[in-house]
Amino acid sequence: MHLPMISQIINLLAAILLLLSFAMLTQRRILSLINLFALQGFTLTLSTLVVAWSTGQHHLYYSAALTFVLKVLLLPWILHRLIRKLNVKWDVETLINIPTTMLVGIALVILAFNVALPISQLAGTIAKSTLGIALACVLLAFLTMITRSKAVPQVIGFLAMENGLVFAATSATYGMPMVVEFGIALDVMVGMVILGVFFFQIRERFESLDIRHLEKLKEE
Amino acid sequence: MISWAGLVAQLTEIVLAVLLAPVLLGWVNQCRAWLQNKSGPGILQPYRTLRKLFAKEAVLAHTASPLFRATPYVLFACMCLAAAIVPTLGTDLPFSPAADAIALVGIFALARVFISLAAMDIGTAFGTLGARREMMVGFLAEPALLMVLFTASLISHSTSLATIVERLAHMKFVIYPSLAFAGVAFTMVSLAENARIPVDNPSTHLELTMIHEAMVLEYSGRHLALIEWSAALKLFVYSCIGIALFFPFGIAEGGDALGLLLALPALAAKLAVGGFAMAVIETLSAKMRIFRAPEFLGTAFLLAVLAMLIHLLLEG
Amino acid sequence: MPGALHLILSVILLWLALGLVGVFFPRNLRLVSRILFPAGALGALLVASAALEALGGDPRTLVLPLGLPDLPFHLRLDALSAFFLLLLGAVTAGISVFASGYFRQGEGTAPGLQCLYYHVFIASMAMVLLADDAYAFMVFWETMALSSYFLVTSDHTKAEIRRAGFLYLLIAHVGAIGILLCFGLLHGTGDYTFDTMRKVQLAPFWATVAFGLALFGFGAKAGMLPLHVWLPEAHPAAPSPVSALMSAVMLKTAIYGLLRVLFDLLHMQVWWWGVVILVLGLATALYGVIFSAVQTDMKRLLAYSSIENIGFILVGIGLAVTFQAYGMRALAALALTAALYHSINHAFFKSLLFLATGSVLHATHERALGKLGGLMHRMPWVAWLALVGTLAIAGLPPLNGFVSEWLLLQAFLFSPNLPHAYLNMLVPVAAAAVVLAAALAGYVMVKFYGVVFLGQPREPGLATAHDAGIWERVGLIWLAAGCIALGVAPVAVIGVIDAVSGQLLGNTLGANASGWMFLTPISAERASYAPFLFLIVILFVWFLTWLAVRQYYHGGVRRAPPWDCGFPAQTARMQDTAEGFGQPIRQVFEPFFRMQRELPTPFDAEPRYRVTVDDHLWHWLYLPMVRVTELLTRVVTLLQRGRISVYLTYSFVTLLILLLFVK
Repeated sequence: MHLPMISQIINLLAAILLLLSFAMLTQRRILSLINLFALQGFTLTLSTLVVAWSTGQHHLYYSAALTFVLKVLLLPWILHRLIRKLNVKWDVETLINIPTTMLVGIALVILAFNVALPISQLAGTIAKSTLGIALACVLLAFLTMITRSKAVPQVIGFLAMENGLVFAATSATYGMPMVVEFGIALDVMVGMVILGVFFFQIRERFESLDIRHLEKLKEE
Repeated sequence: MISWAGLVAQLTEIVLAVLLAPVLLGWVNQCRAWLQNKSGPGILQPYRTLRKLFAKEAVLAHTASPLFRATPYVLFACMCLAAAIVPTLGTDLPFSPAADAIALVGIFALARVFISLAAMDIGTAFGTLGARREMMVGFLAEPALLMVLFTASLISHSTSLATIVERLAHMKFVIYPSLAFAGVAFTMVSLAENARIPVDNPSTHLELTMIHEAMVLEYSGRHLALIEWSAALKLFVYSCIGIALFFPFGIAEGGDALGLLLALPALAAKLAVGGFAMAVIETLSAKMRIFRAPEFLGTAFLLAVLAMLIHLLLEG
Repeated sequence: MPGALHLILSVILLWLALGLVGVFFPRNLRLVSRILFPAGALGALLVASAALEALGGDPRTLVLPLGLPDLPFHLRLDALSAFFLLLLGAVTAGISVFASGYFRQGEGTAPGLQCLYYHVFIASMAMVLLADDAYAFMVFWETMALSSYFLVTSDHTKAEIRRAGFLYLLIAHVGAIGILLCFGLLHGTGDYTFDTMRKVQLAPFWATVAFGLALFGFGAKAGMLPLHVWLPEAHPAAPSPVSALMSAVMLKTAIYGLLRVLFDLLHMQVWWWGVVILVLGLATALYGVIFSAVQTDMKRLLAYSSIENIGFILVGIGLAVTFQAYGMRALAALALTAALYHSINHAFFKSLLFLATGSVLHATHERALGKLGGLMHRMPWVAWLALVGTLAIAGLPPLNGFVSEWLLLQAFLFSPNLPHAYLNMLVPVAAAAVVLAAALAGYVMVKFYGVVFLGQPREPGLATAHDAGIWERVGLIWLAAGCIALGVAPVAVIGVIDAVSGQLLGNTLGANASGWMFLTPISAERASYAPFLFLIVILFVWFLTWLAVRQYYHGGVRRAPPWDCGFPAQTARMQDTAEGFGQPIRQVFEPFFRMQRELPTPFDAEPRYRVTVDDHLWHWLYLPMVRVTELLTRVVTLLQRGRISVYLTYSFVTLLILLLFVK
């Protein structure tokens, strides 16, 4: 089956996005996690640019620029500063049982592919077969959030989920209206600030950013 | 069915592989030395090692059985057969109907089982340690390699290596994302199977850190020479499999002599680049704890499964 | 004149006669081992050749005037029966010859009685394969279970062997109930012959119920998950020829039953039945191989390995059912061929390995892997023949285990055109699981062979081990030759199996377009494998290298002590134990096991390390059922008062009720 070149490039970028989601699932070091997140943002920018160039939708150029500034430059910079301030820069997490996590990840990917199949057949965009991958990225990011026990990686999982959502929007409907995009970007920024404040509070209270300590707060 | 040109090409490929495999090993070691700012022993060092070992007397332990003595030959024969069926220069190979991709993995498994049994034959703690670790690496690496080959088979609708290469080479402007995943998985598997950092350190002398070396601890003289040569051949064959699957441009189709002659420098260039890349990976990584190796290989295995899934979704 | 069927029947009568002779001379070892068992082996060879001849022809039927008044025994010899009879005959010949040299005086049951049970066992298995009506089938099924129970408890002086036999009989009967109910559903309203069942059309719901019952009943006998718990107990408890017979042939009669019901009697396939069988087969295969990797008893290891191989066969059958349901007949033939080929392969290499462990047991009186080692020097015949079996079971080319694995993987690779999207995704995951199980099987067999035969002896008593006798050697050689032949000439074997797929599916694999040497199931470009060429090349290169090295260098060898890294006090116990070799599997697959460990402290005078690995399913599934059963029996015990007046009251009340309601 010979698809046009553009579709193939988008498929390749989608596959790289999925690969990065898997890599984030099994990554132990916080520093590498932030770098992977930045790389994921870069891939997202590239794919948005390709779709924009091939379909001539100009607002996608703005969307790509926004993604680049936010996800590749600003947020990683904030995160790097945060982990330096919180003294968790060289933290290595004890992830329990990486093979099991990956197996669950693969099951999620199969699920996402199957759920997205009828929807993608209805879509009329150039990147419709990548809807399944976008959904899989969202689910994998969710799994990353669940399997982590430290606070900063959980937040990175949350941000990666948003990456997946933007990719889904680009592939299914040529992006969202600009207003919605700006709104989401603002939400993410505000969320980061609030979470940053929370991190400092947690560390003050428990002397560590291990969220399992939060269990002590429940009533006995 | 068997053309003279094909037969000549086949024999040339086998002889070339057997004679030039130590050069690839020497090149990888030399690149590693350069990256570590050392001057290195030269590309032809493995040949000098082989000559030295063949001339030496073979010393066997009292407890060695005939299985121990036969294993180096079986290993060498397996690697020669593997070199015969992987298309390195051309795809017109009379031997290729003898074994396909699945049988190729079977050949590697046969070699692995024999060397593990030979390691257990002497009955010391080191041999059994090496055998256990080698089988532990093997039981995940073999399925991962098979899954990578399956992805290529699904794309080209065949498991015969010659056909796979022919069909993949003709799809010049089609980018397959599943092959990207499969490529990552294949790199991880070949690092593990060829006993490279980050899975195993080929130049260690501490027995407790050995995987592959612990199995050949008792071999000496011509037996050790054959085993070293087989290891070099294995690295050569793995590199050629990688080139055939992921960079098949330049491999001659059919048995024309000009195509084969042009394929030779193409192969040399690709192997040089591949060897250098392997040296870079080895220099940048650290050897991981032995019990991280199943995780590493499990990741490779699951990536290969993912490659198949992506093929079925995106390219089916 | 149905010659083949008559020949087989006369051999069966011969076996029964041999058994009876054994009853009359129970303690005469020479008679039993020199005359009766070899005669049985000869009979088995006759059965095999008759079955081979019958594969080519039409089905032959016969009605025996035995049985119930209006339901005599119907017998039928068609391609499916003939294939399994071929399996039975060929393997039993080797096992009987081995058994001639194996059975000794004074190990529980007398040799003459063992001869009776043995021959009744194989006779009843042959009759199960020939039965053409439900009554005959069940009678011979029960006879098979009963005679094998007596064989399993041969050494009945030990309590654990009695317990293993009890568990075996229990699960066999539970399975038999399932099969009986299935036949009850299948016969509709006619009589119980299979011919009637073939004509009955069941409603889809009842067909599914019948399928479920058949899977339950035959799965219990085959050792499918979760009904497998009897296998690791019964096979080690039995004497080795019996374990070999049970593992090689009896499990295959269950496979035969499943195939007969699915493809012949139900004669309809629903796609999700195939998926159920496939998933159960995968779970069985992975479970079996993981558990076999952590065993410390050599026969238990082989028993779990049998569970794994049955899992592979079920995977092939599941694929065949799914493909047939979607009308992809050529692929269904490929999958079914893989399953049947694996059946006959497993029969040969598993019996070879079990018989080898029998010789080891006789020579050393040890079953625990931790007390064996270095037997290659003392028992070279057994060791080299067991090497053939080990390489075959690990699925290595050019032996037979690789061919059936190759066919199964080809079936997976051809398949991604299924209409159902989830199924298409399931295929790579299933292929990955099969490949993982196969790789783990290699691990397990390296452990088995390396710990038992290679290395140094772990106990001083092993120095007196002796090699196998002449009868045992002949049996082992026969089975090893079978493994090699099945591996090197797959095209001929597939020609034989084609008769079966032709009968069951209406399509054959028959692709000998490239001649006898190349196995090309669909086309030469698609996939091709030539094991003979493979073997020739390896032997040729070996010879050439050896010659070249001898010519240009020298062939001198000097003997010296092994490398000890500077520690002079190396003992044989410093080698890996069975627990040690299985430790990576224990660590990687920890959630599957139920482990209990006893670790020594630094202050122990005699440090001891013990690890026991148990089956989770036993605790989650079987023990609760046992508790529920005990609870129910306690409730029912309330009825048992022990006083006669109470029992009389029961009868009186029943009489009153009957009088009131039957007016």
